[in-house]
Amino acid sequence: MSPSTANERFDPSTTLWRDGRPVYDRRDTVCVVGAGASGLAAVKNLREHGFGVDCYERETSVGGAWNWRHDRSPVYASTHLISSKPFTQFPDFPMPDTWPDYPHHSQLLSYLERYADHFDLKPHVWFGTEVVKVEPAEDSSWDVTTRSSGGYGSERTHRYLAVVLANGHNWAPKLPAYEGIDGFRGQTMHASAYKDAKELPGRKVLVVGGGNTGCDIAVEAATAASQTWHSTRRGYWYLPKYLLGRPTDQVNDRMLAARLPLGLRQWLAARTLRLTVGDQSRFGLPKPDHKVFETHPIANSQLIYHLGHGTITPVPDIRRFHRGSVELTDGRHIEPDVVVFATGYLPRFEFLAPEILGADEHGRPTLYLHMFPREHPTLAVTGLLQPDSGLFPLVHWQSVLIARWLRLRDRDLERAAAFWSRASADVGKRWNRARVKDSTRHWFEVSHFDYLKALQGALDELTPATATARSAR
Amino acid sequence: MSVRIIRTRDWADPVAPARREVRTATPELPDDHKPPVLFVPGFGHGAWAYAEHWMEHAAGRGFAVHAVSPRGHGGSEPAPRATLRAYAHDVVQVAAALPHQAVLVGHGAGALVVAHALARYPARAGVLTAPVFGGWATLGLALRRNLFGTLPAAFGGRLRLARRQLFSRDLPEPAARGYLGRIGHASARAQWELLRARPPEQPVGDPPVLVVGTPDDRVVPRTALDNVARRYGGAPLLFPGMGHDLMLDARWQEPLDAILDWLEKGDH
Repeated sequence: MSPSTANERFDPSTTLWRDGRPVYDRRDTVCVVGAGASGLAAVKNLREHGFGVDCYERETSVGGAWNWRHDRSPVYASTHLISSKPFTQFPDFPMPDTWPDYPHHSQLLSYLERYADHFDLKPHVWFGTEVVKVEPAEDSSWDVTTRSSGGYGSERTHRYLAVVLANGHNWAPKLPAYEGIDGFRGQTMHASAYKDAKELPGRKVLVVGGGNTGCDIAVEAATAASQTWHSTRRGYWYLPKYLLGRPTDQVNDRMLAARLPLGLRQWLAARTLRLTVGDQSRFGLPKPDHKVFETHPIANSQLIYHLGHGTITPVPDIRRFHRGSVELTDGRHIEPDVVVFATGYLPRFEFLAPEILGADEHGRPTLYLHMFPREHPTLAVTGLLQPDSGLFPLVHWQSVLIARWLRLRDRDLERAAAFWSRASADVGKRWNRARVKDSTRHWFEVSHFDYLKALQGALDELTPATATARSAR
Repeated sequence: MSVRIIRTRDWADPVAPARREVRTATPELPDDHKPPVLFVPGFGHGAWAYAEHWMEHAAGRGFAVHAVSPRGHGGSEPAPRATLRAYAHDVVQVAAALPHQAVLVGHGAGALVVAHALARYPARAGVLTAPVFGGWATLGLALRRNLFGTLPAAFGGRLRLARRQLFSRDLPEPAARGYLGRIGHASARAQWELLRARPPEQPVGDPPVLVVGTPDDRVVPRTALDNVARRYGGAPLLFPGMGHDLMLDARWQEPLDAILDWLEKGDH
């Protein structure tokens, strides 16, 4: 398992050409885009299955979204996990059991750094290198063009057996368009630019967005700002982080383990919330227009607490901005100094022609298991999921599946063809029993349970024949 | 058998933390190409069993070695209600905290604990020495060899192992008595689980697994050794004339050298 040397990486004798530029053939190597949690899991699992891997990371260290040292990281000073530890860690590399149930984001980064060191992944990562173009080449291989981050230096193109896109989906801010926002006198910022409650003392703050980030920032503002409004489009179910003495997601999975049907779980959850938190509309919040588990779960124990203290004022959606005020849909005018848009992020694959991922009219990729585009069996996306749990267990098994799939294609064309034709039927299928409310992200919202069940089926299908024979003996 | 990825028990009911004893021996000249080795003792034993001879010798051969006492054993926190899952959790926790991917070496029922841990941690390699994978046959044999030491264990009491089960005649009497005096016992629940013999899940990461034993073991019959080895697609490496406690018996160096040779040769 010695890391490949520079000579091995660029053998001039294997040079090919594309559009008059040299293409360095990396033959059986797989390219991974991004060294965040998804990318690292892909590097580790591809290596474990015997593949050579080149991973490109535009920042200078691992961690992706959790790497707070770079500008594009969405974390703010107080970010803690939303899902508890067992749902968040890689299934084969647990976090220390002495860590709290909901670790801090800096612990997450150190966890990812330890993961990279433990499995010796860094020799396979090219830091400070960004991917400019990913283009299909002959025999279902791929040409990947890279350059130094920031656009300095010349571009280089390498040819790979396959490409795994792990570039994340929480770095390109989504900003809604409001009438009159350009003339607004106050300060506006996207949550990605918000880092710390130190920016808020003495100011009047409007936080827009009922997601986990919006709630976290509203809670922070409540302790720092002179006044805090929290604007949401609809009523949500705010789950406390602890329920019945356990982390809430663990309670929910206990019910899942008992095979309770969705309807009963929804009723139980609503009932438990009603008994413990009470009627949310008492706090001035709109009544949820949907059942529990039909939007991305929001785990925040403190929001209700601050509403109860009157330190957060809930307000409806924004109608438009004026020079000195914000007009709400109920006709009220408020006068914030700062508006923080916790309105989410959009996935972006600008190095790739959109039709490759089967993009529909809204630009949403159409994929099998949220991973494989129909026309390109050697391209896969990992981490393009919004699960109702932590992401890492899902991306771990995704990358195991990719590795097994590439192995099978290599060894057993017949079985590979059978798998692919069956998989094609499921392209675009969603893995969520609850009817998820429409939003720009709902199409990759998955239930961890349903999604892992689908992955399990695919993994079993791709089990290497030799391993089956061995365990059957 | 496939890897089971829906693990509601792990998610909904994670094992509680416990204070664990970990002993470490580092080589004077560290060799980066050699993986760290984590020793896991069997029921009743603690990290001390490896500290006696094996750790120092392995460190002398350039391996960074560690030994963990699962909860309720050795110097770790008492855990009278611990399960096999909790023991495996302790092993995985210590392994994942090491700087590099580790080799897991288990002895006796500790080999079963390692087998469970291999399903939760992609070890560089696994070594199962004198593995006790449990089942009623294990109880039958133990009752035949040591009726009064075993009988209470069958009813949730203490398992008392006898000198002739653990050591060969070559081991001087005072040493054997000393070791026997230090042996404690696993939790009653874990003892029951050993009898129920839930087969471990498939290892993750497809590590090479070596089975080491002795045909003269009075705890693990030869057929059991073969069965475990076959499970992992190999044959056991045998050291005749030794007792069950390979790491404490008079000729402790032979099996250890064979294990380390295997690790060096395979470049695991």
